[in-house]
Amino acid sequence: MAAEPVLAVDDLRVTIATRRGPARVVNGVSWAVAPGETLAVVGESGSGKSVSVLSLLGLVPRPPATVTGRATFQGQDLVALPEEALRKVRGPGIAMVFQDPMTSLNPVLTVGRQLTEGMEVHLGLDRRAATERAAELLDLVGIPSPRERLASYPHHLSGGMRQRVMIAVALSCEPAVLIADEATTALDVTIQAQIVELIAELQRELGMAVVWITHDLGVVAGIADRVAVMYAGRIVEEGAVDDLYADPRHPYTRGLLASLPVLGDRARGGEGRHPADLAVIPGLPPDPVHLPPGCPFHPRCPVRADERCATEEPPLRPVPGARGPAPHRVATFYDLPPEDRR
Amino acid sequence: MTAPARTGADAPPAPDDVLLRAEGLAVHFPQRGGPPVRAVDGVDLEVRRGETLGLVGESGCGKSTLGLALLRLVEPTAGRIELDGTDVTALGRRELRGLRRRVAMVFQDPYASLDPRQTIGRIVAEPLEVHGLAPGRAARRARVDELLAMVGLDPSFRDRRPHELSGGQRQRVGVARALAGEPELIVCDEPISSLDVSIQAQVLNLLVRLQRELGLTYLFVAHDLAAVQHVSDRVAVMYLGRIVEVGDTARVTGDPAHPYTRALLSAVPVPDPPAERVRRRIVLSGDVPSPAAPPSGCRFRTRCPDAFEPCPHVDPALADLGGGHRAACHLHGVVGTPVDEAGAALLDDPA
Repeated sequence: MAAEPVLAVDDLRVTIATRRGPARVVNGVSWAVAPGETLAVVGESGSGKSVSVLSLLGLVPRPPATVTGRATFQGQDLVALPEEALRKVRGPGIAMVFQDPMTSLNPVLTVGRQLTEGMEVHLGLDRRAATERAAELLDLVGIPSPRERLASYPHHLSGGMRQRVMIAVALSCEPAVLIADEATTALDVTIQAQIVELIAELQRELGMAVVWITHDLGVVAGIADRVAVMYAGRIVEEGAVDDLYADPRHPYTRGLLASLPVLGDRARGGEGRHPADLAVIPGLPPDPVHLPPGCPFHPRCPVRADERCATEEPPLRPVPGARGPAPHRVATFYDLPPEDRR
Repeated sequence: MTAPARTGADAPPAPDDVLLRAEGLAVHFPQRGGPPVRAVDGVDLEVRRGETLGLVGESGCGKSTLGLALLRLVEPTAGRIELDGTDVTALGRRELRGLRRRVAMVFQDPYASLDPRQTIGRIVAEPLEVHGLAPGRAARRARVDELLAMVGLDPSFRDRRPHELSGGQRQRVGVARALAGEPELIVCDEPISSLDVSIQAQVLNLLVRLQRELGLTYLFVAHDLAAVQHVSDRVAVMYLGRIVEVGDTARVTGDPAHPYTRALLSAVPVPDPPAERVRRRIVLSGDVPSPAAPPSGCRFRTRCPDAFEPCPHVDPALADLGGGHRAACHLHGVVGTPVDEAGAALLDDPA
């Protein structure tokens, strides 16, 4: 990352008190994103990818959660900021788009009102100018007859349309950072393609930083500049998207990529006419209340090439030959032989 | 397991050995104060014995309703379903039980489809009781253990309840329950879409292994084209209540004939950054029209980049392009039923 980061997270930890004991959901996560850059935070359910980001914006209730670490945004530490001040960051500073648009759209307000409200409060526009801008935004996100749509309520719209309205609301205050939390997961692939193109276009126009939180390694390949792979609340591998996909260095990343059926290279290499088995990662991710000692992946790991795997947490360190200010890094005690996936 | 032994399990399923056939199948849901929702609206489909037929399409296209209708879990409004040459459309309640033994279902959300109050043992034993299989407690228990072992679960799971299991384990229970009646055909409705990436491969491998060992036939209903391509011998593509293309998997995914199939394939992201950067997506404009008021003629024409003069006026037939590859698109010759502006057929006999 060449430019100065707009949002930098440092050693973020989130523990949530449960009846079974403290759940260590995020365990020392650091990343940074620069204006115009797209960072993808990838992981499966329970990896801590969503909580790590929601906690930055005060959207994880404390208690039961405890949040430590730093998140620097425009000279302020979000983790230490009181709710009052955070409210001013959410929207104009950092906007979010969620998987389910109905979690962030107000069902009893018109689409127009939801768009104009923020602009009046945060940008100081009067009602008429805000309405004008709202129609422009709906047009920008590809909603037909935007002027008429301002009077619609969310339930009048299809799922794809609501998702676009939510994006328009997120963009209305011209945020410096857009966080998309599984924003296209519930959508069909043709609609997903529309939304992905739309966000990329707006990012070019407005110079936003974008943080995509997703489990979908296919989507990430098309949109991200950098990727951080999370497992059990830690980043286990990170790097530029090309490096990480071409030569994944963590057994978990390799396992994930190998387990995906890929359109176009279908191998009927199995017995007779049947397809060959897909590679699998055996077992299940660990329970955050009972994290294993050592590397959190070691109970499922096919490599475990170092005796410390079971006793010490491997630190994130550059892979051999990695260069630059944000090199390809991996959290292992050993180096896997390079794997050229192309 | 006493599934019918198939000779030459590794030979491709024969085109004329049809296990299940649907003809002109329609499922319309009445709507208060409006026209009915035509969820499935004239589907012809053949499932060959021993094959996996993938059924793909986006939400609202009618693929799940079609799967349910084949088991008569929803009642068809029109059309005919044959299982092994027998018409099952008119079966009474008692005979339906026989149908549901021969055709089983695996659902998308294993949590919603397993009774949370029952033990795994009871859930898997229920079809055995309904169909009078493995009579006697000891025999039933042995059979439950055997079914659990087939899906890779330890017999100790017998006494657990669904909430104690992970998503992948629950889906294995869903598969064990489907196998209990010794079915010939299993309709798998989005069997992996609620599972995590690293668990999806486990369940896909399980389904493939069971097919190989038991000679099962699958209708694999899913929106995930990469997964469908991986498991399917043939693929059928559905849009707004109709099959728009069907054929061998390699043909349909490698050389798609219908513009909708092309758009769908082009939109699937591939985990390969350089390829993603250069690929051209066919971005469709607009949303899927309401199935209560589908466009006249070709239903895809309102979003189709290639629509031309005959598309609103002729309802395209699923025409053979050779080798069993069929598509309903006028780009391959204008074949079909002329319609008026409301979409009603202008001729009594389309032939």
